[in-house]
Amino acid sequence: MKARILVSFKDSVLDPQGQTVKNALHTMGYAAVKDVRQGKVFEIELGGVSRKDAAKLVAEISRKVLANPIIEKFDWQFLK
Amino acid sequence: MRFGVVQFPGSNCDLDTFHVLRDVAKQDTVLLWHKDHDLQEADCVVLPGGFSYGDYLRSGAIARFSPLMQEVRAFARRGGLVLGICNGFQILLELGLLPGAMIRNKDLKFLCRHVHVRVENDRTPFTRAGRKGQVLTIPIAHFDGNYYAPPRTLAALERDRRVVFRYCGPDGELSDEANVNGSLNAIAGIINEGGNVMGLMPHPERASEALLGSVDGRLVFESLVRSFAPRRTRQPPPASAGKVRHDR
Repeated sequence: MKARILVSFKDSVLDPQGQTVKNALHTMGYAAVKDVRQGKVFEIELGGVSRKDAAKLVAEISRKVLANPIIEKFDWQFLK
Repeated sequence: MRFGVVQFPGSNCDLDTFHVLRDVAKQDTVLLWHKDHDLQEADCVVLPGGFSYGDYLRSGAIARFSPLMQEVRAFARRGGLVLGICNGFQILLELGLLPGAMIRNKDLKFLCRHVHVRVENDRTPFTRAGRKGQVLTIPIAHFDGNYYAPPRTLAALERDRRVVFRYCGPDGELSDEANVNGSLNAIAGIINEGGNVMGLMPHPERASEALLGSVDGRLVFESLVRSFAPRRTRQPPPASAGKVRHDR
């Protein structure tokens, strides 16, 4: 099983890197771009556990390690 | 007084801090290895600056899981003195011994230069050799020093006077320009509820010898030595001295 986890800043937290990318896109003429948020992607391979347990593990790992809950949120899905 | 300076893979201010504590502050100082479980009877644990574990994942995010940090957490909760400088501050945030988090500097630049910081609270073991409003010149060197905390946490920090240092101009004035990394409320250093754990982004160990352009950083180390002196002569602490004092 493989899970993909997306970690990004909470909406309430300023994302200086996303802002910079947005400004660059505006400079290039992409006026339709209203906002950019930058995040991180993790792909975790799991084995020897049921799909249900794997789901629990991924959520736990994301909460405890991959994301800092003070500033970040996460979302994840199984890839296979 | 005995200081213990923790070494992680990627620490790079460990030996500078060790040098200042031993040779400038003239204190008994030992190096502590991140994989050990032994604080070697240190009275104050110092987490030095650097890039522990390459700053992978987030600054300080991996170092918090090291074996020694579990001892440091227990030590802090018993009321032990812990000082986190720069990356050490980031580790304390990740560990939950201090509230909040660090995000990238507002202009996305690594900032390495002298800045002015104002002493906001001189009634801590880390600042009692100074006075409120005093302006110090101390270097910073970081990429992720933009302090963030949710509104409620921030309000509590201000209310309880737990903001210890703020970025300011040469005369102590606050401005967006002086707040070099964009920290909320220009926060450069904070202390925990128990008053025994402090983190700051500036590097006092790089401003402790005249040869390096400033001796203002000595204030932190002198304060610690001064705070510790009366403790040592006190009667043995009552059983309740081990009471848990946590931050969250």
